[in-house]
Amino acid sequence: MTSQGFSDVGYIDTIAAGDSPLHRIDPRAKLITTAAFIATVVSFNKYAVLGLVPFFSFPIILILLGRIPAGYILRKLLLILPFAILVGIFNPIFDRAIIYHIGPVGISGGWISFISILLRFVLTVTSALALVALTGFNSVCLALERFKVPSPFIVQLMFLYRYMFVLTEESERMVRARAVRSFSGRTMHFKTFVSLIGHLLLRTLDRAERVYRAMCCRGFNGDIRILRSLRISLKDIVFVIIWVVLFISFRFWDAPLKLGELVMGIFP
Amino acid sequence: MSHHIVEANDLHYTYPEGTVGLSGVSFRITHGESVAIVGENGAGKSTLLLHLNGFLSAAKGEVRVGGYPLNSKNLDTVRRAVGMVFQNPDDQLFMATVFDDVAFGPLNRGLAGAEVEERVLQALDTVGAAHLKKRPPYKLSQGEKRSVAIATVLAMSPDILVMDEPTSSLDPMSRTRLIKLLKTFRHTKIIATHDLDMAMDLCERTIVLHRGKITADGPTLRLFQDEALLHSSSLEKPLRMQECPKRSEDIHGE
Repeated sequence: MTSQGFSDVGYIDTIAAGDSPLHRIDPRAKLITTAAFIATVVSFNKYAVLGLVPFFSFPIILILLGRIPAGYILRKLLLILPFAILVGIFNPIFDRAIIYHIGPVGISGGWISFISILLRFVLTVTSALALVALTGFNSVCLALERFKVPSPFIVQLMFLYRYMFVLTEESERMVRARAVRSFSGRTMHFKTFVSLIGHLLLRTLDRAERVYRAMCCRGFNGDIRILRSLRISLKDIVFVIIWVVLFISFRFWDAPLKLGELVMGIFP
Repeated sequence: MSHHIVEANDLHYTYPEGTVGLSGVSFRITHGESVAIVGENGAGKSTLLLHLNGFLSAAKGEVRVGGYPLNSKNLDTVRRAVGMVFQNPDDQLFMATVFDDVAFGPLNRGLAGAEVEERVLQALDTVGAAHLKKRPPYKLSQGEKRSVAIATVLAMSPDILVMDEPTSSLDPMSRTRLIKLLKTFRHTKIIATHDLDMAMDLCERTIVLHRGKITADGPTLRLFQDEALLHSSSLEKPLRMQECPKRSEDIHGE
């Protein structure tokens, strides 16, 4: 079913409704930590591979302690993987300078940077998904709001999330209505597809107008207000500090190398 | 000012593409009245409702709420007084959780946190949806969505409730529950509907619309007994006023 990908998105709310020490951390603390994580991971130079490995500890700990079904995160990851591959796939072609030798096999810079892109992709997407799964999409929006992210941006995000499901259902109904009336051809002709998309757009515009009316009826004037008190406590601050210190040390202190040296030191 | 009186004086409205929505609609609905607006598809019911809240403005004629003409200056005041329950609850429930949705109106009114919370819980309690407060609206059943949509309006404590097809796409039990709930409200009620049985239950007065004009305005029971009137307005008697067919042949006309 086409809806699988989307109804699955709703499942993330079910996970977010769970309870674990990580669920109870303030959304803002989790948001900052994840942002710091992503910024550090992205800041590595383009050939970084080994330096990225220690960073896997963050998403893995979130998934394990937060009891997030790893299979779910993995499936979402696979869904987006083609985009990451597309971004990096040309590197091995353009960048042929050999920079590593493993035995007789030379490895070009292109392959190294491609692998680096994939690693970063897995790290950033996994931790972002873990953030939403532990916090809930709405609380993430709420945290963004508290950080003074401009409200039109947050309103867009919230509406996107709210109406994604309605839109999916609507398009599904249309696809089904087409399917029952097209007996032989299972594939959709381009013309049909265009008119389907066109109708969907028109319906969406109509709906947007109706939603806007409903909002005006209840005094909407450009700001979305949400009633929720967030309280930051000591454990939230400790959570942020520990992780940020770890990220910085992973970044500037080559952990795999030092570990290697240590091992070599013990077993000369 | 008393917000409870709704008046329409000779409303005319034509849609931009040329469809006539209303042509000369006048009525006066007073405090505490419960009025059904019935008519076939395209008779102008929804068009009329959109006028009561200032979303459409008549080409000719005026709407007065609480004695004052509805214009851009007092639009906000009128929208405070008139609570509108739309036909499709998915249009009305746009926030991420039921609680946030019901709180949306009161928060926009600038009420303080504690009062907002109290109002939200009370409104949800009234419609029997208190247990849904943390749920996202897209996961609710149609009946639950409808109840919550009504709660969003109740939380703003309007004087007048305007509803577009409140019983559409509800299962029989949810429909009965909704009717029972609406019966308990003391607001002035204006209900556009095809559900004439509900109109009999809830509204002592009915306005019949046909092609943008009022063809009858009077006591519900009397109008619904007038077969000629109903027929000319493309309506049928409420089910409970129709005689039960005794044999299946009566239905199939053999």
